[in-house]
Amino acid sequence: MSIDLGSPALSGVPKTDVAQRPKDFKTDQEVRWCPGCGDYVILAAVQGFLPELGLRRENIVFVSGIGCSSRFPYYMNTYGMHSIHGRAPAIASGLAASRPDLSVWVVTGDGDALSIGGNHLIHALRRNVNLTILLFNNRIYGLTKGQYSPTSEIGKITKSTPMGSLDFPFNPVSLALGAEASFVARTIDSDRAHLTSVLRAAAAHEGTALVEIYQNCNIFNDGAFDLLKDPQTRDQWLIPLEHGEPIRFGPDGSRCVVIGQRGELVIGTTSAVRPGDIVVHDAYAADPSQAFALSRLSGPDLRYTPVGVFRSVQRPTYDGLMAAQMAQAALTQDADLAALLRGNDSWTVPATPSA
Amino acid sequence: MAKPVQQLDRVVIRFAGDSGDGMQLAGDQFTSETAVFGNDLSTLPNFPAEIRAPAGTLPGVSSFQLHFADHEITTPGDAPDVLVAMNPAALKANLPDLPVGRDIIVNTDEFGARNLAKVGYATNPLDGDSLDSWRVHKVPLTSMTIEALAGTGLGKKDAARARNMFALGLLSWMYHRPTDGTLRFLEKKFAKLPQVAAANIAAFRAGWNYGETTESFAVSYEVKPAPMRPGVYRNISGNLALSYGLIAASRQSGLPLFLGAYPITPASDILHELSKHKGFGVRTFQAEDEIAGIGAALGAAFGGALAVTTTSGPGIALKSETIGLAVSLELPLVICDIQRGGPSTGLPTKTEQTDLLQVMFGRNGEAPVPIVAPQSPGDCFDAAIEAARIALTYRTPVFLLSDGYLANGSEPWSIPDLDGLPELAPDFAVATDRPFLPYERDPATLARPWAIPGTAGLEHRIGGLEKADETGEISYDPANHDLMVRLRQSKVDRIAQSIPPLLVDDPSGAAGVLVLGWGSTHGVIDAACHRVRRRGVPVAQVHLRHLNPFPSDLGDLLHRYDRVVLPELNLGQLALLLRACYLVDVVSINQVNGMPFRAADLEEALWHVLQGAGT
Repeated sequence: MSIDLGSPALSGVPKTDVAQRPKDFKTDQEVRWCPGCGDYVILAAVQGFLPELGLRRENIVFVSGIGCSSRFPYYMNTYGMHSIHGRAPAIASGLAASRPDLSVWVVTGDGDALSIGGNHLIHALRRNVNLTILLFNNRIYGLTKGQYSPTSEIGKITKSTPMGSLDFPFNPVSLALGAEASFVARTIDSDRAHLTSVLRAAAAHEGTALVEIYQNCNIFNDGAFDLLKDPQTRDQWLIPLEHGEPIRFGPDGSRCVVIGQRGELVIGTTSAVRPGDIVVHDAYAADPSQAFALSRLSGPDLRYTPVGVFRSVQRPTYDGLMAAQMAQAALTQDADLAALLRGNDSWTVPATPSA
Repeated sequence: MAKPVQQLDRVVIRFAGDSGDGMQLAGDQFTSETAVFGNDLSTLPNFPAEIRAPAGTLPGVSSFQLHFADHEITTPGDAPDVLVAMNPAALKANLPDLPVGRDIIVNTDEFGARNLAKVGYATNPLDGDSLDSWRVHKVPLTSMTIEALAGTGLGKKDAARARNMFALGLLSWMYHRPTDGTLRFLEKKFAKLPQVAAANIAAFRAGWNYGETTESFAVSYEVKPAPMRPGVYRNISGNLALSYGLIAASRQSGLPLFLGAYPITPASDILHELSKHKGFGVRTFQAEDEIAGIGAALGAAFGGALAVTTTSGPGIALKSETIGLAVSLELPLVICDIQRGGPSTGLPTKTEQTDLLQVMFGRNGEAPVPIVAPQSPGDCFDAAIEAARIALTYRTPVFLLSDGYLANGSEPWSIPDLDGLPELAPDFAVATDRPFLPYERDPATLARPWAIPGTAGLEHRIGGLEKADETGEISYDPANHDLMVRLRQSKVDRIAQSIPPLLVDDPSGAAGVLVLGWGSTHGVIDAACHRVRRRGVPVAQVHLRHLNPFPSDLGDLLHRYDRVVLPELNLGQLALLLRACYLVDVVSINQVNGMPFRAADLEEALWHVLQGAGT
């Protein structure tokens, strides 16, 4: 991972002088996910990576919604709130907007963030509050025991769709880019190093960062991402994104991404195109068109799935702008409550009325 | 030659016109003049939900009623003494409310064939004898306004728009209102458009001068200032007082105010007002929907803000799940419900008291939430502080149950002395040598600690799953759940210990009938009780501010009387609760027409009950 912007997002959060270890972030609560669940890996990665940030533990808050992934805060020895279905981005926005000294994280799933909470997610992204949103995408409803989700592939046979699901799935990265997100990334639970590098970049981002994490539900949708995990197939279908690098992938970099005839991005054979025609990934590009085109390379069948940071741009944050307005008002407004209550048209009734 | 001046003790004026005629503005200004003059007053704005219904039609009529007097009054008046009708629709819509013999000031310019046809007048009512029962003053308001502005360079259409100020000028002359405030207001409002400011002022003056010179108005009227308790006063609407109450609660608690809200009639003005006061440390967050509005507020509450969300009944329906979460998290949160007509979208600009049972019970599970209801526009200030006190002291969401009538209505308000406001202490938890227990309770209030992020050693996790007593860890234990349900209920019940005794108004001490009310009906119940007493029958009155929990002495009080009468702007919601809680055979008087009770109607209804009670 080559992106290192420092941590402007965390500049207002107090640092600790004490060295932290991953176990400092573990609670005494028994972790209650199913054995073999991808959530364990993500939890370990987050606990393993947080000491790097060196933030005071009491200034970190995890907020979640409802679903398997949303039990996450109970296992983090920070402040935490396990809230209600889909609403975590709204709750976290109020917290982050009123407390710039906190590092606020949202943990959510594909049902929580994209179904019941879709509205809050897109508005958090456009508003650009200082939040890091971890979207665990397992393409299934786990906690309600196996119904299809808004990221399930069409035709999915589940308990609620015995003849196959009918609705077309969301591509969360495309959705986030369309919602004016300033930071969008994708990673996979099975690749701890990649997951950590993406988390690092997301934490450093000032504004709302969305990280889609492909996560295996071994009970209700086992093997959903095997195409991207199996050593036999993964190199063929995974497209690692590195800022500033030509986008090559496949065995020995034999495949690449080039611009198609209508301006779309398509897959090319490296040996058959001029080196200068291979698209160079620019995560910092102000225009989101190329990031969006990259997100469209993969379909519901997961072939040609880019992973890494799609987009990372600087845009004023909602909480920063709000703080600036507050500071300006503090200079220009006289916070005199007695004068406010009196207003401009008051009158006095004297104690001894004159005749 | 000076015209004769007639003394009156009270007057009710109704300005009525098309939605675009500026009747609310004219009414507001007349109210300000009247307040500054020192009359007691009460107002009733009444306008359609549409911003501009088709011009000249009956649904587009907007009106503003003002009652002012040389003595204390508590209602906006049952019927106008003077109706200002700016067009045929305004005349037709409001004439049924006007008692015979009263005055109509009518803008004759708008009575052309087209406008008459729009409202179904086959012939011009100003020409025949159909209005002979009233004193009609025919004034060509529009053309006189245009004439008065002839030199200003404004086109006819723009000039005509100042006709509401001509009407205001005329009425200001009729009732000897001070005019400085209106002139200042117009200069400020149109500071960036000096030509428009000058035109409005010219129209206002022309209206005044017209009154003084025309023979159509032979007399003017004087209503002396009302005696009031010494103090500094201003005129204030309910939503403004509520906003100021929240800012005051922020100051008294030392906590920054955070409002999460979504625009909705009739609550939006609180969002508008609070958004102006960032200098007081107020943050306003206009959310993507009602759910996010309360969600953001709850997040801010977790972070240690004085958190507020504002809405009306439909918004409460959407917020219900988050209110349940707030009950479970036991965090302070003030939820303002400015009630309007329902169900569903209902009557957005009309008033009702139909959300009581929704806020009392409208959640899944046993989820008790305290309820506080203001009784007048000015009282919204104190009720907001009381709601904040309960929320902070008991770590609970609290409903502040206002309504459209209080929100938009106004009255003279004795500006409180800041030194007299209650101290509100947030009492954040601090780390000790003992392990932190997020659900350990204060033995007196049963409140849990409020430990905010940033406090080292108090890191903890809370959520909507049932929690173990004291530790707050997830618990599905049956006995623990039963205990937690009862603890949350007991905590809310204990609030009653902090509620002062009820004040019963029973001047003779001989009443057998108690008239009980809550919320915005206080003024009209007060007026109706006075009228009944003047007819020689004693009656006692008491008004509830706290609807959950009820005051500790309410049960005894109800049982002391032969009869309890309860007027409500619903089908008997509080009556249902009182019957359930106290086994009292409450007699309900109900009205659900989107308007406040009229004093005369309520007097007759009370009289009817009193006759039946054999008193």
